[in-house]
Amino acid sequence: MTGQAGLRYAFARVQRGEEAVTDHLQRLGERHRDDHEIHHVARDLSTWSRDHLDQIAVAAAGHDIRFDHQGAHPAPIRHLRETVSTLTGRRPEPDMRLLEDLRDVCLAATEVSLAWEMLAQHAQAGHEEDILELAGRCHPQTLRQIRWCNTMLKTLSPQVLTSL
Amino acid sequence: MEDRVGDASARERLNDLWGDRTPYDRDGQWPARTDECYADGISPEGVQRWVPAASLLHSNGDAMDIAVAGDRIVGVRGRPGDRVNRGRLDIKDLYAWQANHSGDRLTTPLIRRGGELVPADWDSAMTTVADRSRRLLDEHGPGSVAFYTSGQLFAEAYYTLATIARAGIGTNHLDGNTRLCTATAGEALKETFGSDGQPASYSDIDHADVIALFGHNVAETQPVLWMRILDRLAGTRPPQLLVVDPRRTPVAARASVHLATRPGTNLALMNALLHELISHGWVDHEWLGQHTVGFDELARQVADCTPEWAAGICGIESAEISHAAELAGTADRLLATVLQGFYQAHQATAAAVQVNNLVLLRGMLGRPGCGVLQMNGQPTAENTRECGANGDLPGFRNWENTDHIAQLAEIWNVEPLQIPHYAPPTHAMQMFRYAEQGSIKFLWISGTNPVVSLPELARIRSILADGQLFVVVQDIFLSETAALADVVLPAATWGEKTGTFTNADRTVHLSEKAVDPPGDARSDLDIFLHYAAAMGFKDRDGQPLIGWSDPESAFEAWKRCSAGRPCDYTGLTYDLLRQRGGIQWPCTAAAPDGTERLYTGGTFWATPGQCESYGRDLITGASVEETEYRALNPDGKAILKAARYLQPHETVSDDYPMQLITGRSVYHFHTRTKTARVPQLQAAAPRVWAELSMQDARRLHVTDGALLDITSPRGRIRAAARISDVRPGVIFVPFHYGYWDTEALTRPGPGAPGTAANELTITDWDPVSKQPLFKASVCRLEVATTAVDDR
Repeated sequence: MTGQAGLRYAFARVQRGEEAVTDHLQRLGERHRDDHEIHHVARDLSTWSRDHLDQIAVAAAGHDIRFDHQGAHPAPIRHLRETVSTLTGRRPEPDMRLLEDLRDVCLAATEVSLAWEMLAQHAQAGHEEDILELAGRCHPQTLRQIRWCNTMLKTLSPQVLTSL
Repeated sequence: MEDRVGDASARERLNDLWGDRTPYDRDGQWPARTDECYADGISPEGVQRWVPAASLLHSNGDAMDIAVAGDRIVGVRGRPGDRVNRGRLDIKDLYAWQANHSGDRLTTPLIRRGGELVPADWDSAMTTVADRSRRLLDEHGPGSVAFYTSGQLFAEAYYTLATIARAGIGTNHLDGNTRLCTATAGEALKETFGSDGQPASYSDIDHADVIALFGHNVAETQPVLWMRILDRLAGTRPPQLLVVDPRRTPVAARASVHLATRPGTNLALMNALLHELISHGWVDHEWLGQHTVGFDELARQVADCTPEWAAGICGIESAEISHAAELAGTADRLLATVLQGFYQAHQATAAAVQVNNLVLLRGMLGRPGCGVLQMNGQPTAENTRECGANGDLPGFRNWENTDHIAQLAEIWNVEPLQIPHYAPPTHAMQMFRYAEQGSIKFLWISGTNPVVSLPELARIRSILADGQLFVVVQDIFLSETAALADVVLPAATWGEKTGTFTNADRTVHLSEKAVDPPGDARSDLDIFLHYAAAMGFKDRDGQPLIGWSDPESAFEAWKRCSAGRPCDYTGLTYDLLRQRGGIQWPCTAAAPDGTERLYTGGTFWATPGQCESYGRDLITGASVEETEYRALNPDGKAILKAARYLQPHETVSDDYPMQLITGRSVYHFHTRTKTARVPQLQAAAPRVWAELSMQDARRLHVTDGALLDITSPRGRIRAAARISDVRPGVIFVPFHYGYWDTEALTRPGPGAPGTAANELTITDWDPVSKQPLFKASVCRLEVATTAVDDR
């Protein structure tokens, strides 16, 4: 099959990238439980990336490409993070960590966006309609994740940065 | 209490909440019926002066006259000539004027000294407030100062406050409690029509053949509007009602179709209704093609949303959904209304926008009997929105449009950079978060009681009681919130001050001062003007920033700011409002009689240069960029926006198996600061209750009147059980019952159970409108004791 190595590369990029986004969104949501909108929307958006991972696995398998699906954080670590977040919810210092965590999600999602672009380009050139449809379903949601991070950073950063 | 209404006259209306019927036919004029109520021993002949006003304790804007004798308010009477109510008044407005005379009105400023609030004079109180805000401005900048206002002041006060906050202080932190009641209405209108502004009119009730009420218990939230619907129902060619509500409300009891959906599933239901409209061809494609964008995306989004799919999510029969869709899809004149059942529920804006889509798909806009009423809950919430005291900019201006900022800079004669426009104005829930974190250090609360009305009260109390936050409270009584303040400013109330207020269908009324306020209490406008003078705010020429000094000059200033915008007031004057009564904006030289319906020609305020907002992602709340908006909607059409249903954030579990929704009773307003001081209203609903279904009552061995402990992940309250026609699995608790009339004043006393529904509610808000979700919590019930409530 021509371009199989390229396809494997592009699939691996979106797969690893979506795992990173899931991980970052989950961490964002867990760490910032007292920033309630962040907490709730991050969890909503992490379900998109988890759903992408499932779809990627199915589509890749159709092209004889398989991944070790690592899954999200094991529960004990998640629990520890929640506890730490609750204990530190009321911090006197401005919440720089929130800006940093939003930035991490934004960068991770941007990386996935580029990966989706590459995968879709492979599909265009290789006439792989199933992959084109996959990218057509998932990539717009990645872009929405990026826009969300950008909006939240734009909204929250003036207060955080000017009160340092 | 003096000047009391006699018991006999009160009983009459308390037993007959909506009064006698005056039936009328479709397209007829709603007949007048004058409601009135006077103190014992007073007859209309004994009244010395009649002073025009409008109703205060809901959003309906019912025109009324205040009866005055011996410089006291002695009663009220509806104005039969007014377009809104034709003489009718609801029970709250009939009786609540008595609260003005309460012996515990605030009559002097208070300053906290040695932990106690002690009386002070105005100069020392205002000097304390101004000194603190000036010092914070110098040391920490404008982001340390915030204002949280109301939906119950007058337009003149809001516009003055917006000018102070945006141009004087230069803070982005100004919002109203309208965030809790009307934020989603405004946002849904912006998303669909590019700009805020109520499309339809109350008079559309007279012409509609189907009225669809989405989460809108109009019988209790706007009783006079319900009287209008009841009179249509009693006439020939009555309308059919379609009602979505988990409770069998008085409105649902009269419905042709009542969908008692599971809380949190409104969007799934709406998507299924739209699916049915499209699949049955109940769509005006020609109108859509001329006046909207986005149909293909909407059709794609709802393609799989069959009634069968939604039925499983909403917990109702698919045939009921099909029946509802047929009713809406085949109506000749469809009027849709929306209120808190949608605005305070999961995916609030997305669901409210689908109601807009419902009328747009049918091309039913801008004609008699057709359209949408995105409602609100407070008398002047509309003014909070227009004047920019609500987390928007004055005159429905767009914070991302530099031309709009330049207009404001010219109106206020300040540098454009002085007006914060680097991000959306901060919403109330975020302001409380900044206060919790310590970056907001000064919070001025006017005319609202967040210690009872915001979600998760234990958290709100701890934020306001924190010594680091300087809290100013401006109110008419020592509310739960005022009791936690550093400075309390006594305000005049309705009947003691002059100003305009605008109801949910854009009708502007002038409400005039009838009597003096008690003691040293002052109007909200005078308090804000006093502060502006103490702060010495200047424009860029060194002249006072605020060039007005009384209600009428403030109104003239607001008119200049409204010029050329959707809410154009330039054709209105105090004299015209005195002569004519209620007039709907826009009122201009071109439309001197006001405007009954917006968008009559299918034209909107939605071009990129006009619109108030470029919109948001209905799921994430992310801002749509200007360039995207220009590409999507270059010609300023209405936008059909779609969204996918998501699982609610908090779902039932073994620990918390019931869903909790909160809401209003017809007898009380908000946190009862006025209505509990009215003997008739307080006696009608003296203490908190919880409604549950017969099925749940049997399962849990609950008898009517039994005391229930209701526990959520946030807290616990105790309430008397009321077995009612609420959906099984759902508990309804009214949110009115705080602690100001208990010994503990601000919170449950030691060992005493809580009574405020918001002890239980989750802190979560709609990512688009930022409206808190009061109908999105879970809870469990336990019988506290089987002793029957003594009422």
